[in-house]
Amino acid sequence: MIFNIVRKELKSIFASPMGWIILALLMFGFGTQYLSGMDNYFQVMSGAIRPAERVGVTIFVGGQIYGNAAFLMSFAIPILTMKLISEERRGMTLPFLFSAPMSITEIVIGKFLGLLIFLGILVVYIFLMLSTMNIWADIDFGYLLANSFGLILLISSFVALGTFFSSLTSQPIISAVLSFIALIALMMAGRYYASAPDHWFNHISLLKHYQSFSKGIIDSADIVYFLLFTLTFLLLTIRRLDSDRLRG
Amino acid sequence: MTITLEAKNLSRQFGPNFAVKDVSFNLERGEVLGFLGPNGAGKSTTMRMLTGNLAPSEGVVKIGPYDILEEPKQAKSLIGYLPEVRPLYKELTVDEFLTIAARFHNVGSKNLKQAVDSAKDRCGLMHMSKRLIENLSNGYQQRVGIAQAIIHSPEIVILDEPTVGLDPIQIREIRKLIKEIGKNHSVILSTHILPEVEMVCDRVQIINQGSLVFHGSIDELKQQRIGNKLQVGLSKAPTLKELSSIDFINKVEKIENNLYRFHFKKIVDAEKLAALCFKNKWGLYHIAPDVTSLEDIFAQLTMLGN
Repeated sequence: MIFNIVRKELKSIFASPMGWIILALLMFGFGTQYLSGMDNYFQVMSGAIRPAERVGVTIFVGGQIYGNAAFLMSFAIPILTMKLISEERRGMTLPFLFSAPMSITEIVIGKFLGLLIFLGILVVYIFLMLSTMNIWADIDFGYLLANSFGLILLISSFVALGTFFSSLTSQPIISAVLSFIALIALMMAGRYYASAPDHWFNHISLLKHYQSFSKGIIDSADIVYFLLFTLTFLLLTIRRLDSDRLRG
Repeated sequence: MTITLEAKNLSRQFGPNFAVKDVSFNLERGEVLGFLGPNGAGKSTTMRMLTGNLAPSEGVVKIGPYDILEEPKQAKSLIGYLPEVRPLYKELTVDEFLTIAARFHNVGSKNLKQAVDSAKDRCGLMHMSKRLIENLSNGYQQRVGIAQAIIHSPEIVILDEPTVGLDPIQIREIRKLIKEIGKNHSVILSTHILPEVEMVCDRVQIINQGSLVFHGSIDELKQQRIGNKLQVGLSKAPTLKELSSIDFINKVEKIENNLYRFHFKKIVDAEKLAALCFKNKWGLYHIAPDVTSLEDIFAQLTMLGN
């Protein structure tokens, strides 16, 4: 049943130009960074004389791309999530889903997974693009896999948060703006208390938990953080939709 | 007759106001039930509760053996619902949308194509398969809405004001379609147009300000509507007093110039009245059943209720 919702979501993303445009723009962005990263690598490394300044090409190019991916996603995902529920609310199509023999939990998880799979295309694409460096260099696949895994977790948190804001309003633009602000605030949270690294404020920062993946470290605390974050917002969405049925 | 849908003491409050108050009724297999009421009477609210889109404040809805709150999935799989605002994904084609609808209602992938084709066939959409829903006319969009409600051949089809906003020819076609659907499914249909109910439905219930005020067969409603009176036009009429003294006439009212309303004592006997008019040369030029408007029926029924 969840699978049918996933299918429907993917179909409607690709039925409108929006999905293709976002996919194309993001891929263009990553591709450009990849090219300029490679270019810079040789310039920077030829100037780096001391061994400590030298880093592998995987970390040099990959680190840049994965770091920027987090920011690009925080722009792109609100635009995609606003379609999930807000637009259904505005088009009065939610009764179509609610009258079908499916639970609200299935609907929400299906929508979430549908968008996650769509964005998964990008993660796979970035991985494949960086893998092409293996033709002439010996690259660190472990590093790429850790980053891909981290990026997937980060994206799923973004999507869950966006879905929740999408469920709050019938104005898609408002839901997009709200989730964009929330995402930026959560990403930047670490900057406000930079001088006190152990302040609790730092620990809720999405970016801080993502950063350990970009060093190639898979820390269970980070995984749990992202999973809990995702779960929380999905539960809030389910509650919100359920209260529609109760309160009308 | 088996009962396929049962609503018991259904109430719904929005804040302090009752949108629907203590409504109970049954739907039998293979009947078309008309839900009649003025705008804001609680028709849509009732339908949303029947289909599990809105939780009732009080009361029970049973679809077949299943309670819609206790076993929503089983109950919902027996219903096809077309809300007041048709829920269509306009960026999809008719085929794509109906395929999604069929999958949502657990039509197996083997029967998928057949289900989509038969729904399209029944709603006259065969030649529209590859068109985007966005580009269809109002009437065809409504057909797509009905097609998605019958795609899984549910036992019960619930249609909320299916003819609103259509032109007269489209309305006629949609009514024909609903009659056709009524042959194989139980149908609940809401409308605020009285003749529509008389044309399409077997049974009718009238709802006003959230409460059921009338519940019965179409013939009973017609009886209520037509009653025992005739509208008669006489160009050379005698005085009202003279007319009222006819032995089988209870009362005569003047509607306008030369147009009178005759209330019969027992049953309507037009022939007898016409013969009398000829005999006395009253200049009979018009004789017709005196149809009460929906508003009058509401007024009558609500007054009866009070």
